[in-house]
Amino acid sequence: MRDINEHTPGEDLIIKTAVRLMVPFAQLFGLYVIVHGHYSPGGGFQGGVILGAAFIMLALAFDMKTSQQYMTIRVNTVFNNLGAAIFVGVGALSAIFGGLFLDYSALDKLIPMGSVEWRSFGIFLVEVGVGFTVMSIMVLLYWNLSSGGAMDEGL
Amino acid sequence: MIWQLDLMILTLVVACALVTINIKDLLGASVVFGIYSFMMCLLWAEMGAVDVAFTEATVGAGVSTIFFISAIFKTTRRSKD
Repeated sequence: MRDINEHTPGEDLIIKTAVRLMVPFAQLFGLYVIVHGHYSPGGGFQGGVILGAAFIMLALAFDMKTSQQYMTIRVNTVFNNLGAAIFVGVGALSAIFGGLFLDYSALDKLIPMGSVEWRSFGIFLVEVGVGFTVMSIMVLLYWNLSSGGAMDEGL
Repeated sequence: MIWQLDLMILTLVVACALVTINIKDLLGASVVFGIYSFMMCLLWAEMGAVDVAFTEATVGAGVSTIFFISAIFKTTRRSKD
């Protein structure tokens, strides 16, 4: 276990400090893009890529162990399955409650808040699922590519 | 749409694509490919497709360049052909 405040020789202090300052803002912007995906440009895919890029920045500036301290491989697996489950779950639930697959207005029978409101809110739920999956897959792709599949130490 | 700006960005897109194909240094090729993606992003935004431009900026210019570079570190830096 390595502390994020520990300075080892050979790694650049300026890059590490810049990344440490940038990561919270990048994650906040990623969440903003996901949450506002159905009003403005952006959405689950773009927001998920930004969230994943925050973890990739950590892995680039420190090392792979540091990024796995904040998102372990087990958490990564949980996230990418959870996202796909949310997407399929919302679609299947609306099919079970009498609509078509991903016809969110049918979910009005589950929680009554108006079919128009459900059409807006259902897109938001699907975007959250897409965001989870894309974030964890982007981080997993980087881990595998930079370590040659071993996922122990990379660049 | 401003056709002068359009023409300028399109010229840069074609130039970046030609450089990416012809350069021998793979690290340089991936950096120029990042510039190509950014120019495509500018072109999408200028044509009014802001959502596509956002995707191109995050995936094309951001993450895929990092993937290319991390893949190059596992192979040789010069291309043989």
